[in-house]
Amino acid sequence: MATRLIYFAWVRERIGTSEEDVELPDGIETVGDLLRWLKSRGEGYEQALQYPDVIRVAINQEHVDHGEKISGAREIALFPPMTGG
Amino acid sequence: MTGAVVPFVRIQAQDFDVAAEIARLTQGRADIGAVVTFSGLCRDEAGSLSALELEHYPGMAEAEIARIATEAIERWPLQGLTAIHRHGKIAPGENIVLVVAASAHRHAAFEAANFLMDYLKSRAPFWKKEHRIDGSEGGWVDANEADAKAAQRWKPLE
Repeated sequence: MATRLIYFAWVRERIGTSEEDVELPDGIETVGDLLRWLKSRGEGYEQALQYPDVIRVAINQEHVDHGEKISGAREIALFPPMTGG
Repeated sequence: MTGAVVPFVRIQAQDFDVAAEIARLTQGRADIGAVVTFSGLCRDEAGSLSALELEHYPGMAEAEIARIATEAIERWPLQGLTAIHRHGKIAPGENIVLVVAASAHRHAAFEAANFLMDYLKSRAPFWKKEHRIDGSEGGWVDANEADAKAAQRWKPLE
């Protein structure tokens, strides 16, 4: 099953796309696994995810920690710390 | 308790009218003794900024602000709570965000407005990009450590 990945702000700019559907390889169980796998997909990903600790993640539009399991996620969003208000 | 209060949350490109938003909460009722409003505006950063561009996560922005507003309603006896956040390009001097909290007494309205802004800053999915007067892109605004700390001063609900 494909998972939709959505990127915002400088994560979006560095990766070079605002969203994509990906088939996650076996063994990608947590948000942290996903970030490590994505980082290896090319230069833009490497640049965007150079410091994975600062990347915020939402699954199905709710904030989650990097230890969260991603099984069943329809939509996973990656973005920098928020600066609204 | 006022468990039936439903927050009014809007994410929109257009400006808002503060007086109209106060009236939306107070019109036709006589049990509200306090209304606190907070408006966040775009600064010109000593004349160097031509605009802020606000990117947001459609769907989650509404949902997250509604979650924070609902928690505020659980914490304080409010009679109404409004949060409006703009997106898109915003010029210096223009409004960015509005919070209106209504309660019987001032304490709850002040606290709820403060709480909502603290959490909105660190949890609502919005990102500001600067555009400079000289035409250059100023880059993405860095998250403020003080804003993150401000949200931590509110004790979790039991």
